[in-house]
Amino acid sequence: MTTAADHIDPAVRAEALASLLIERGLVDQGTMDNFIKTYEQSVGPMNGAKVVARAWADPGYAERLLADGTTAIAELGFKGPQGEHIVVLPNTPKVHHVVVCTLCSCYPWPVLGLPPSWYKDPSYRSRIVREPRAVLAEFGLELGDDVEIRVVDSSSEVRYMVLPMRPAGTDGLSEEELATLVTRDAMVGVAEVAAP
Amino acid sequence: MNDSAGHADPGYLLDSSGPAAPPRDNGELVFAAPWESRAFGLALALNETGLIDWEDFRQALIREIGDWEAAHPSGEGWSYYECWLRALERTASARALVDPRALADRAAQLAALPAGHDHQGHGHEGHEHEIHNEIPDHP
Repeated sequence: MTTAADHIDPAVRAEALASLLIERGLVDQGTMDNFIKTYEQSVGPMNGAKVVARAWADPGYAERLLADGTTAIAELGFKGPQGEHIVVLPNTPKVHHVVVCTLCSCYPWPVLGLPPSWYKDPSYRSRIVREPRAVLAEFGLELGDDVEIRVVDSSSEVRYMVLPMRPAGTDGLSEEELATLVTRDAMVGVAEVAAP
Repeated sequence: MNDSAGHADPGYLLDSSGPAAPPRDNGELVFAAPWESRAFGLALALNETGLIDWEDFRQALIREIGDWEAAHPSGEGWSYYECWLRALERTASARALVDPRALADRAAQLAALPAGHDHQGHGHEGHEHEIHNEIPDHP
Protein backbone atom coordinates (compact mmCIF):
# COMPACT_ATOMS: atom_id res chain seq x y z
CA MET A 1 0.00 0.00 0.00
CA THR A 2 1.17 3.51 -0.66
CA THR A 3 0.43 6.36 1.65
CA ALA A 4 -1.09 9.66 0.63
CA ALA A 5 0.75 10.75 -2.44
CA ASP A 6 4.15 9.29 -1.75
CA HIS A 7 5.52 11.22 -4.68
CA ILE A 8 4.61 14.58 -3.15
CA ASP A 9 7.29 16.49 -1.30
CA PRO A 10 7.39 15.49 2.38
CA ALA A 11 7.23 19.15 3.41
CA VAL A 12 3.85 19.40 1.69
CA ARG A 13 2.64 16.11 3.13
CA ALA A 14 3.65 17.14 6.64
CA GLU A 15 1.76 20.39 6.18
CA ALA A 16 -1.30 18.53 4.85
CA LEU A 17 -1.33 16.13 7.79
CA ALA A 18 -0.85 18.90 10.33
CA SER A 19 -3.55 21.11 8.82
CA LEU A 20 -6.16 18.32 8.78
CA LEU A 21 -5.41 17.27 12.35
CA ILE A 22 -5.48 20.87 13.57
CA GLU A 23 -8.79 21.56 11.77
CA ARG A 24 -10.34 18.52 13.40
CA GLY A 25 -9.11 19.75 16.78
CA LEU A 26 -7.01 16.62 17.30
CA VAL A 27 -3.72 18.48 17.58
CA ASP A 28 -2.94 21.84 19.06
CA GLN A 29 -0.35 23.95 17.26
CA GLY A 30 1.00 25.28 20.56
CA THR A 31 1.55 21.77 21.92
CA MET A 32 3.43 20.81 18.77
CA ASP A 33 5.56 23.92 18.91
CA ASN A 34 6.37 23.30 22.55
CA PHE A 35 7.64 19.81 21.86
CA ILE A 36 9.74 21.06 18.97
CA LYS A 37 11.20 23.90 21.00
CA THR A 38 11.91 21.65 23.97
CA TYR A 39 13.93 19.19 21.92
CA GLU A 40 15.66 21.88 19.88
CA GLN A 41 16.66 23.99 22.83
CA SER A 42 16.38 22.33 26.21
CA VAL A 43 16.92 18.61 25.98
CA GLY A 44 20.26 17.47 24.72
CA PRO A 45 23.48 15.70 25.57
CA MET A 46 24.35 18.31 28.19
CA ASN A 47 21.84 16.53 30.42
CA GLY A 48 23.70 13.26 30.05
CA ALA A 49 27.00 15.06 30.58
CA LYS A 50 25.74 16.24 33.96
CA VAL A 51 24.74 12.69 34.84
CA VAL A 52 28.19 11.39 33.91
CA ALA A 53 29.97 14.16 35.83
CA ARG A 54 27.86 13.42 38.91
CA ALA A 55 28.71 9.72 38.63
CA TRP A 56 32.43 10.51 38.38
CA ALA A 57 32.31 12.88 41.34
CA ASP A 58 30.05 10.83 43.61
CA PRO A 59 30.63 7.06 43.89
CA GLY A 60 27.31 6.61 45.68
CA TYR A 61 25.51 8.21 42.75
CA ALA A 62 27.46 6.06 40.29
CA GLU A 63 26.30 2.97 42.13
CA ARG A 64 22.67 4.07 42.01
CA LEU A 65 23.02 5.04 38.34
CA LEU A 66 24.30 1.62 37.33
CA ALA A 67 21.69 -0.15 39.46
CA ASP A 68 18.70 1.82 38.17
CA GLY A 69 19.48 4.33 35.45
CA THR A 70 16.01 5.82 35.06
CA THR A 71 15.60 6.57 38.76
CA ALA A 72 19.10 7.97 39.26
CA ILE A 73 18.74 10.14 36.15
CA ALA A 74 15.39 11.43 37.42
CA GLU A 75 17.20 12.51 40.62
CA LEU A 76 18.81 15.23 38.49
CA GLY A 77 15.45 16.24 37.06
CA PHE A 78 15.81 14.53 33.67
CA LYS A 79 12.77 12.55 32.61
CA GLY A 80 10.27 12.39 29.80
CA PRO A 81 9.43 10.47 26.65
CA GLN A 82 11.87 7.69 25.69
CA GLY A 83 13.37 7.80 29.17
CA GLU A 84 11.30 5.13 30.86
CA HIS A 85 13.86 2.33 30.82
CA ILE A 86 17.38 3.72 30.67
CA VAL A 87 20.18 1.31 31.44
CA VAL A 88 23.64 2.80 31.99
CA LEU A 89 26.65 0.67 31.08
CA PRO A 90 30.12 1.52 32.39
CA ASN A 91 33.11 1.43 30.07
CA THR A 92 36.30 0.08 31.60
CA PRO A 93 39.86 -0.50 30.37
CA LYS A 94 38.77 -4.03 29.42
CA VAL A 95 35.17 -3.62 28.20
CA HIS A 96 33.92 -0.98 25.81
CA HIS A 97 30.17 -0.60 25.19
CA VAL A 98 28.73 1.01 22.10
CA VAL A 99 25.02 1.64 21.52
CA VAL A 100 22.89 1.17 18.42
CA CYS A 101 19.24 0.73 17.58
CA THR A 102 19.27 -1.78 14.76
CA LEU A 103 15.55 -1.51 13.95
CA CYS A 104 14.84 2.19 14.17
CA SER A 105 16.32 4.89 16.37
CA CYS A 106 15.58 4.15 20.04
CA TYR A 107 17.67 6.53 22.10
CA PRO A 108 17.49 7.93 25.65
CA TRP A 109 16.02 11.35 24.83
CA PRO A 110 15.98 12.83 28.37
CA VAL A 111 19.76 12.51 28.71
CA LEU A 112 21.02 12.73 25.13
CA GLY A 113 18.30 14.62 23.28
CA LEU A 114 17.33 13.43 19.82
CA PRO A 115 19.78 11.16 18.05
CA PRO A 116 22.32 12.51 15.56
CA SER A 117 21.81 11.66 11.89
CA TRP A 118 24.57 9.06 11.81
CA TYR A 119 22.87 7.10 14.61
CA LYS A 120 19.74 6.79 12.45
CA ASP A 121 21.65 5.96 9.28
CA PRO A 122 21.20 2.45 7.82
CA SER A 123 24.95 2.13 7.44
CA TYR A 124 25.76 2.73 11.14
CA ARG A 125 22.85 0.57 12.28
CA SER A 126 24.02 -2.45 10.32
CA ARG A 127 27.79 -2.04 10.30
CA ILE A 128 28.36 -1.36 14.00
CA VAL A 129 26.98 -4.84 14.69
CA ARG A 130 29.02 -6.61 11.99
CA GLU A 131 32.33 -4.79 12.31
CA PRO A 132 32.33 -2.64 15.43
CA ARG A 133 36.11 -2.28 15.64
CA ALA A 134 36.31 -0.91 12.10
CA VAL A 135 33.39 1.47 12.59
CA LEU A 136 34.83 2.78 15.87
CA ALA A 137 38.15 3.33 14.12
CA GLU A 138 36.31 5.44 11.53
CA PHE A 139 35.01 7.54 14.42
CA GLY A 140 38.65 7.94 15.47
CA LEU A 141 38.51 5.46 18.31
CA GLU A 142 41.22 2.81 18.04
CA LEU A 143 40.77 0.20 20.74
CA GLY A 144 43.42 -2.35 21.62
CA ASP A 145 42.86 -6.01 20.83
CA ASP A 146 42.64 -6.71 24.54
CA VAL A 147 39.51 -4.55 24.85
CA GLU A 148 36.25 -6.43 24.46
CA ILE A 149 33.67 -4.48 22.45
CA ARG A 150 30.06 -5.02 23.42
CA VAL A 151 27.47 -3.67 20.98
CA VAL A 152 24.14 -3.16 22.73
CA ASP A 153 20.86 -2.79 20.86
CA SER A 154 18.46 -0.21 22.25
CA SER A 155 14.75 -0.88 21.96
CA SER A 156 11.50 0.34 23.44
CA GLU A 157 12.16 -1.94 26.42
CA VAL A 158 15.70 -0.75 27.17
CA ARG A 159 17.50 2.39 26.09
CA TYR A 160 21.20 2.33 26.75
CA MET A 161 23.58 5.08 27.71
CA VAL A 162 27.31 4.60 28.21
CA LEU A 163 29.15 5.82 31.30
CA PRO A 164 32.54 6.68 29.81
CA MET A 165 35.80 6.34 31.72
CA ARG A 166 36.93 9.44 33.57
CA PRO A 167 40.08 10.73 31.88
CA ALA A 168 43.34 10.99 33.77
CA GLY A 169 44.39 14.38 35.09
CA THR A 170 40.91 15.50 36.10
CA ASP A 171 41.19 15.02 39.87
CA GLY A 172 41.09 18.72 40.60
CA LEU A 173 38.07 19.51 38.44
CA SER A 174 34.65 20.43 39.77
CA GLU A 175 31.58 18.48 38.72
CA GLU A 176 30.59 21.35 36.47
CA GLU A 177 34.00 21.39 34.80
CA LEU A 178 33.87 17.63 34.36
CA ALA A 179 30.49 17.92 32.61
CA THR A 180 31.98 20.17 29.95
CA LEU A 181 34.39 17.38 28.95
CA VAL A 182 31.68 14.80 28.28
CA THR A 183 30.46 14.50 24.69
CA ARG A 184 27.40 12.90 23.22
CA ASP A 185 29.60 10.52 21.24
CA ALA A 186 31.24 9.28 24.43
CA MET A 187 27.84 8.50 25.90
CA VAL A 188 26.85 6.52 22.82
CA GLY A 189 30.22 4.77 22.96
CA VAL A 190 31.77 5.89 19.67
CA ALA A 191 34.34 8.01 21.49
CA GLU A 192 36.17 8.25 24.77
CA VAL A 193 36.31 11.36 26.92
CA ALA A 194 39.51 13.23 26.24
CA ALA A 195 41.56 14.74 29.05
CA PRO A 196 41.23 18.52 29.24
CA MET B 1 26.31 28.30 35.48
CA ASN B 2 24.46 26.91 38.42
CA ASP B 3 25.94 24.71 41.04
CA SER B 4 24.98 21.08 41.06
CA ALA B 5 22.12 21.66 43.46
CA GLY B 6 20.44 24.02 41.01
CA HIS B 7 18.95 21.43 38.75
CA ALA B 8 15.38 22.46 39.45
CA ASP B 9 16.18 25.85 37.94
CA PRO B 10 15.35 25.88 34.22
CA GLY B 11 18.65 27.67 33.72
CA TYR B 12 20.34 24.44 34.60
CA LEU B 13 18.65 22.79 31.64
CA LEU B 14 19.14 25.68 29.30
CA ASP B 15 22.82 26.41 29.00
CA SER B 16 22.92 29.19 26.48
CA SER B 17 26.62 29.15 25.77
CA GLY B 18 29.73 27.10 26.27
CA PRO B 19 30.50 23.58 25.21
CA ALA B 20 27.11 22.24 26.24
CA ALA B 21 24.99 24.81 24.47
CA PRO B 22 22.03 23.46 22.51
CA PRO B 23 20.97 22.90 19.81
CA ARG B 24 24.30 22.46 18.06
CA ASP B 25 25.83 20.10 20.55
CA ASN B 26 28.59 18.24 18.82
CA GLY B 27 27.93 20.24 15.71
CA GLU B 28 24.52 19.27 14.38
CA LEU B 29 21.09 20.78 14.20
CA VAL B 30 18.34 18.66 15.68
CA PHE B 31 16.15 19.03 12.59
CA ALA B 32 17.47 19.56 9.09
CA ALA B 33 14.28 21.25 7.82
CA PRO B 34 11.13 22.73 9.38
CA TRP B 35 8.94 19.93 8.02
CA GLU B 36 11.01 17.43 9.98
CA SER B 37 10.33 19.30 13.18
CA ARG B 38 6.64 19.48 12.24
CA ALA B 39 6.44 15.71 11.71
CA PHE B 40 8.24 15.21 15.02
CA GLY B 41 5.99 17.60 16.94
CA LEU B 42 2.85 16.07 15.46
CA ALA B 43 3.80 12.58 16.62
CA LEU B 44 4.61 13.74 20.14
CA ALA B 45 1.44 15.80 20.41
CA LEU B 46 -0.74 12.89 19.23
CA ASN B 47 1.01 10.58 21.66
CA GLU B 48 0.55 12.97 24.56
CA THR B 49 -3.20 13.13 24.08
CA GLY B 50 -3.36 9.36 23.64
CA LEU B 51 -4.64 9.57 20.06
CA ILE B 52 -1.80 7.35 18.93
CA ASP B 53 0.01 4.67 20.87
CA TRP B 54 3.77 5.19 20.79
CA GLU B 55 4.55 1.53 20.39
CA ASP B 56 2.14 1.31 17.42
CA PHE B 57 3.92 4.27 15.89
CA ARG B 58 7.34 2.77 16.59
CA GLN B 59 6.35 -0.50 14.94
CA ALA B 60 5.10 1.44 11.91
CA LEU B 61 8.40 3.31 11.83
CA ILE B 62 10.36 0.07 11.99
CA ARG B 63 8.34 -1.26 9.04
CA GLU B 64 8.89 1.90 7.01
CA ILE B 65 12.63 1.85 7.67
CA GLY B 66 12.84 -1.86 6.88
CA ASP B 67 10.87 -1.43 3.65
CA TRP B 68 13.00 1.51 2.57
CA GLU B 69 16.23 -0.34 3.27
CA ALA B 70 15.02 -3.41 1.38
CA ALA B 71 14.16 -1.23 -1.62
CA HIS B 72 17.38 0.84 -1.48
CA PRO B 73 20.35 -1.45 -0.86
CA SER B 74 22.80 1.31 -1.72
CA GLY B 75 21.39 3.56 0.99
CA GLU B 76 21.26 6.48 -1.41
CA GLY B 77 18.48 8.99 -0.80
CA TRP B 78 18.01 8.03 2.83
CA SER B 79 15.79 10.31 4.89
CA TYR B 80 14.93 9.23 8.40
CA TYR B 81 12.13 11.76 8.74
CA GLU B 82 10.51 10.65 5.48
CA CYS B 83 10.15 7.22 7.08
CA TRP B 84 8.90 8.93 10.24
CA LEU B 85 6.31 10.91 8.25
CA ARG B 86 5.06 7.84 6.37
CA ALA B 87 4.77 5.95 9.66
CA LEU B 88 2.80 8.83 11.13
CA GLU B 89 0.49 9.00 8.08
CA ARG B 90 -0.20 5.29 8.41
CA THR B 91 -0.71 5.40 12.16
CA ALA B 92 -3.04 8.41 11.96
CA SER B 93 -5.01 6.75 9.14
CA ALA B 94 -5.23 3.43 11.01
CA ARG B 95 -6.58 5.30 14.04
CA ALA B 96 -9.10 7.09 11.80
CA LEU B 97 -7.66 10.46 12.80
CA VAL B 98 -7.42 11.36 9.13
CA ASP B 99 -9.00 9.93 6.02
CA PRO B 100 -6.22 8.86 3.65
CA ARG B 101 -8.19 10.24 0.71
CA ALA B 102 -8.67 13.62 2.38
CA LEU B 103 -4.98 13.64 3.21
CA ALA B 104 -4.01 12.97 -0.40
CA ASP B 105 -6.42 15.66 -1.60
CA ARG B 106 -5.07 18.22 0.83
CA ALA B 107 -1.48 17.42 -0.11
CA ALA B 108 -2.34 17.79 -3.81
CA GLN B 109 -4.04 21.13 -3.13
CA LEU B 110 -1.06 22.43 -1.19
CA ALA B 111 1.37 21.17 -3.81
CA ALA B 112 -0.59 23.08 -6.48
CA LEU B 113 -0.31 26.40 -4.66
CA PRO B 114 1.86 28.91 -6.48
CA ALA B 115 5.49 29.19 -5.58
CA GLY B 116 5.95 31.54 -2.67
CA HIS B 117 3.54 29.72 -0.46
CA ASP B 118 5.61 28.68 2.48
CA HIS B 119 5.57 24.90 2.58
CA GLN B 120 8.49 24.90 4.94
CA GLY B 121 7.06 27.14 7.59
CA HIS B 122 4.75 26.32 10.40
CA GLY B 123 1.70 27.14 8.39
CA HIS B 124 0.27 30.19 10.01
CA GLU B 125 0.89 33.72 8.95
CA GLY B 126 2.45 36.13 11.35
CA HIS B 127 3.82 33.46 13.60
CA GLU B 128 7.47 34.06 14.08
CA HIS B 129 9.52 30.98 14.45
CA GLU B 130 12.89 32.23 15.44
CA ILE B 131 14.15 28.71 16.06
CA HIS B 132 14.64 28.10 12.38
CA ASN B 133 16.34 31.34 11.53
CA GLU B 134 19.70 29.71 11.18
CA ILE B 135 18.55 27.03 8.80
CA PRO B 136 19.37 27.91 5.23
CA ASP B 137 16.53 27.97 2.72
CA HIS B 138 15.60 24.54 1.58
CA PRO B 139 15.80 23.98 -2.18
